[in-house]
This record gives sequence, structure tokens and C-alpha cells, in this order.
Amino acid sequence: MSTKRGVEVSIAAADAAKLARVEVIAAYPITPQTHIVEHLSEIVANGELDALYVNVESEHSAMSACCGASAAGARTFTSTSSQGMELMHEILFIASGLRLPIVMAAVNRALSAPLSIWGDHSDVMAARDTGWIMLFCENGQEVVDSTIMAFKIAEDRRVLLPVMVNLDGFSLSHVIEPIEFPSQEEVDKFLPPYNPLYTLHPDKPVTMGAYGMPELYTEAKYAQEMAIRQSKDAIIEIMDDFGKRFGRYYKPVETYNTDNTDTVFIALGSINENIKTAIDELKKEGKELGLISLRLFRPFPEEELAFALKGKKKVAVIERVMPGGAANGPLFNEFSALAQARGLKIQLENYILGLGGRDVNPEEFLEIFENMSSPKKETKKNEKNYIVIGVRA
Amino acid sequence: MIKYFMKGLERYIEHPEIEFATSGHRACQGCAEILALRLALKVFGKDTVLAMATGCMEIISTPLPTTSWRLPWIHVAFENAAAVASGIESGLKILMNKGKIAQKDIHVVAIAGDGGTSDIGLQSLSGALERGHKFTYICVDNEAYMNTGIQRSSSTPYGAMTTTSPPGKKSIGQSTQKKNMPKIAAAHNIPYVATACPSYAYDLFAKIKKASMVNGPSYIHILSVCPTGWRIPSDQAIRYGRLAVQTGVFPLYEVENGKYRITHNPETLKPVSEYIQGQGRFRHLTDDIVAKIQERVDKDWEELKFLCSAK
Repeated sequence: MSTKRGVEVSIAAADAAKLARVEVIAAYPITPQTHIVEHLSEIVANGELDALYVNVESEHSAMSACCGASAAGARTFTSTSSQGMELMHEILFIASGLRLPIVMAAVNRALSAPLSIWGDHSDVMAARDTGWIMLFCENGQEVVDSTIMAFKIAEDRRVLLPVMVNLDGFSLSHVIEPIEFPSQEEVDKFLPPYNPLYTLHPDKPVTMGAYGMPELYTEAKYAQEMAIRQSKDAIIEIMDDFGKRFGRYYKPVETYNTDNTDTVFIALGSINENIKTAIDELKKEGKELGLISLRLFRPFPEEELAFALKGKKKVAVIERVMPGGAANGPLFNEFSALAQARGLKIQLENYILGLGGRDVNPEEFLEIFENMSSPKKETKKNEKNYIVIGVRA
Repeated sequence: MIKYFMKGLERYIEHPEIEFATSGHRACQGCAEILALRLALKVFGKDTVLAMATGCMEIISTPLPTTSWRLPWIHVAFENAAAVASGIESGLKILMNKGKIAQKDIHVVAIAGDGGTSDIGLQSLSGALERGHKFTYICVDNEAYMNTGIQRSSSTPYGAMTTTSPPGKKSIGQSTQKKNMPKIAAAHNIPYVATACPSYAYDLFAKIKKASMVNGPSYIHILSVCPTGWRIPSDQAIRYGRLAVQTGVFPLYEVENGKYRITHNPETLKPVSEYIQGQGRFRHLTDDIVAKIQERVDKDWEELKFLCSAK
């Protein structure tokens, strides 16, 4: 029997890892991830979870120890944020290249400088091409469900890749929500013990992490790329299976009120709940706006997005990261490429907001909606391609 | 199987003829580093898992799809061999605790060069030693970044020429003293720390055996003569390893539960000049610099003897 309780989302994330019966946790504390690792430490210390908690001295060592533990055949979990994700950046590529099914809760936070402990997507966007499968969560329930599903996805023999479960720092990680927890028995049925393909064990010596000469490197990376591209089938299958068992159905791309309108927003994470509030407000005024929410960001769900975008005229891509000198934000660039490749005639606009924990209210989305509806003037020389909402320039 | 009675260890140790580091690797001619590992792995035996840092030993042994290792082996990155070993040790332990794999004494060994140990991997090593994982860390010290083309590390000795510590009008070569890694390892109060050199194979065997028997972290610092980087003929590696010990440049000792013991005591040290002579990396040194090195070696030797005298 599942139980429903009001709980801080970070605690819920740790409890989800416990339900998944993780065996090794290697983590280093960083705000706003701390409540997750504190709670896991507590669970292990109390003997509620048969696991080892490795108190590493840095995030670089956290991901390195996770690689070692996962290669030894243990179900492995870690969590980080921001600077911590940057410090482990090097090893993120290696975890995916070695095909190690590590699961990480990424509590998204801004990057320094200036230092900010608050939420945005600078960290995950800098890690977006590390070969990890990436899920984004809107609320606490999704964090719990995604964490449980993440292990099943990662360990699927067709996949064998690390999975990052993204949840927004503070605005999601530190809020208390009513969350339904499946029972241990139900989770055990859904997620059997990890049965690794290869492990580091003297009974059957294997070499892991050999280097690739020019005549083999391309093939090795190509095989890895095919694995992440093809992982989508397994992801969809696992999401469906989860839905049948637990009654909560997930899809790589989800839509809200998109049937009645040709104008949609596209965004990631917890701001989507605010966008939905804005959509409901607009509806009261007789205005229609839709939302396309990417639950799955890597592999990039092209077909699902192209399907969701069918017939849409105006699309605002909303991001919580600065382009860093690029023409647009990273999410916009991918949408723009998708629209071009699929010949979609869409007016694409790029909006940036919610940086470094700046509050994002439904009013900001109403502003974007008004801006999209107003007639466009021609782009002048040196004018940006994107609009930063609420900036005091 | 050949058996040797080891003084100090007061027991026989086995020297299996089986090789875990196989031939066919791409190490330079006369490389004492692969020799050191070959000897060490014989003693660790088959129930061993290796975590290796990026470096010479990694690059000479594992171009895809080949391997020189008959043991489970993983390479993740340069600076994290100790952290990877921590993860392996934890993973194997929990799987045994849960009964998912059979209970067995599997020894985890992290291997890195002097750069991967004393420079970029120092933090990861310190963390793993402090946490008390049951593993052995081997630093194969060839005194520079040889894999990338002989750049100086903090383990490069004073005066040595490397490509990034070149002698010149304003430089004598390496301007800093070699970092004392064994002492740093010992400062973690781990059960076992030792220095070794493949020129003294039986001393190395005994120390590896001890390290593998310790219930906690152990650290072995192996001087690994590099003919390529030291600019010596490739048939001179063993000789220079011996000279390093006989001159006191690299004393062979161990620190067992905090107690220091010199394991090979030359009693009277040969002059350092005998060691320096013939090494291309020291070719440019003037007599006054050599005297300075001699002074330092004498001081370190006295300090070591003092540490050994402590009751």
C-alpha cells in the first residue's frame, strides 16, 4: 500500500533512493543538495537502509567513487548542485562513457561568479552533453517517481547509462508537498536488484576504461551515442510500466492546454507549474496559451516534440540560463535546429528568466504572452535574439 | 611457486611464477616502473582489483581492445585513483554484506604515478586514507610527468632537468625539493607506509605482502627509475635504483603503526655524486649544487634514523 505524507521534497528524494535500495552513496555536501544527503546519511546510520555512505572529500571524488562502486556492481547514488556538478564535470563524461548506471539527483543551482546559492539551470545546461540521460521534475511527486524510474532506466540492459534527475534548488528541493510513496514491496516488484553485465571481480577479470586510438575512438563514441539515442524506447516502456503499476503516467514530453491554441511555451522544471497557473489565468480572460514540458531532456525527444509542435505558430522557449555568448539559450538553439530540420513554420522566441533564484511569478509569463502577441519589428544590428525578463539594464 | 623467508616479516612469502602484468605492453626499454608493478602484482595475487590513474602504466597497457592486465582493472581519470578504489572497496563490501557476491578477501589496489599522487591526486588520496578504506595505494614514482614528455612534478628532485624545469642562465633546473609523499601518507596515521624499489625485489615483496595484510589503508611509494626521462642507458635502471638507496637519496623504510624502521640499511652511505653521475637530467649540475644535494640527503637520513630510534 502506498502512503501519502506531507514532506520536504529533498527528504522525499532521499526516501525514493531508499525505496530503490541503493547500495553505495558517495556524496559531498553543497547547498541546496544538503538535505538529500543528510537524510540518506541518517537512514544509513539508523540501519534503515543496507548501504554504505562514502563521505568523500569533494564532488570530483564523489563521482569517481560512484564509478568505482558501480563498476564493482553496486547500485549507486549521489547528489550535487552547481559548483559541485562543475567539479565533477570531467567524471560525468567518464561515467557515461564507461556505461555505468549511476543515478544522481541534481538540485539545480546557479553558477558563480557572482556566487549564488539559488536556483537556475546553469549547472545542468553546462553538463547537458555529458552523455547522461536527463529527467526534469516539476514537483515532489515527480522527483520521487523519477528517482525510482531512473534506476530502472539506467540499469536496463538496452541502456546502461547514468541518469540525472533534475529538481530546482529551493523552489522545489526545499518546499513541503503532499507526496505519495509507493510501498517497498511495490517498488521491489518494479525495480529488481541490479544485475550488472560486467563487474570488477577477480573471478572474471575485465579491463574497464581502456583508451581509444584514432582508429577506434570514433566507433566507441558512436556506439555510446546510439545507446543514448535508442534509450528512449526503454524510457517510454519504463514510464508506461510505472504508470500501470502506480497509476501515475509519465511521458518524455507532456503538454498542457495545447489543443486549443497555436501559441505555446516550452520550459523545464518547476517553473512549469507557474506557467500552468498563468495559463489558467489567461483562460479566465478568454485567452489561450499552451505549455510543452520536457520531462526528458536527454536524449532529446525530437519526435515527441515535433508532434507536440504540429500546427503551432508561436513558440516561446523559456530558459533559466544565460547563453554565455551564444546566439541564444541552449534549449532555444536545439528547438531552432529541430524546427529547421522538420520544416516547421514557427515564430520562435527566446526568453530568459529566473536566474540565480530570481522569483518567477505568473505575471512574468503573462508579460511574455503579451510580448509574443504584439507585432514584431525588424531586428536591428547588435540587437539580442533573446529577451531577459525583468532585468534592470 | 618459489618461497622466500623474509627478514622483518619473519615468514615465508610466495613468489608465484604467474604473471598478472603480461608481456606485450608498450613500456620503454628498461622501464623499472612496469617491473615494479609486475613484481608487486605477483604478491598481491589473483584476488586483487586494480584502479589505475592516467599515466605511463595506463597508456602502455590498455589500447582498446587489448590489455596487459590479468586482473580486474579500471581506469577512470588522472587525479582520482584513490577515490575510484574507495568506491570499488565500498561496492564489493556492501555486495558481500548483502550476500550478493561470495565473501572473499579481495584486495583493492590503486596505482598512480608521482604526478597523479603528489600533485593532482593528492586530495583524493588524502580523502581515501583518512576514510580508512581497506586498500593499498601504490605510487610508482619516476620523478616527473614522463608520459607527457618529462615535465616536472612536485616529486622531481632538486636540480633535475625536465622540459618544464630546464636549466638556463637563470635556472639550475628543478628549483624545489622533492615532496616527501611517504611522510604525508604516514601523517594520516594509517597502519602501513613503506618505500620500495624494484632494484630490491625481496624488500618490495615483503612490503607488498604486509600492505595486503593490513586491515585499513596502506601506502607504498616505489622509486621507479625511468631511463627515458632520466637520460640514462636502458640497461642501467636497476643500477640507478640501487645507487638511490645506497646513497641515501631514496632510503628503504617502513612505518608500521607509526613505528619507523629502515628495511635496508647501507650503514655508510655512498656519496650522492655516484648517483648523480651519468644521469643526463643532472648533467648540468655544478659541484656546489651537488654539495647542496649531499647536505640535504645527509640531513634527511639523520632525520629518518632519528624517527627509527623513537620507542
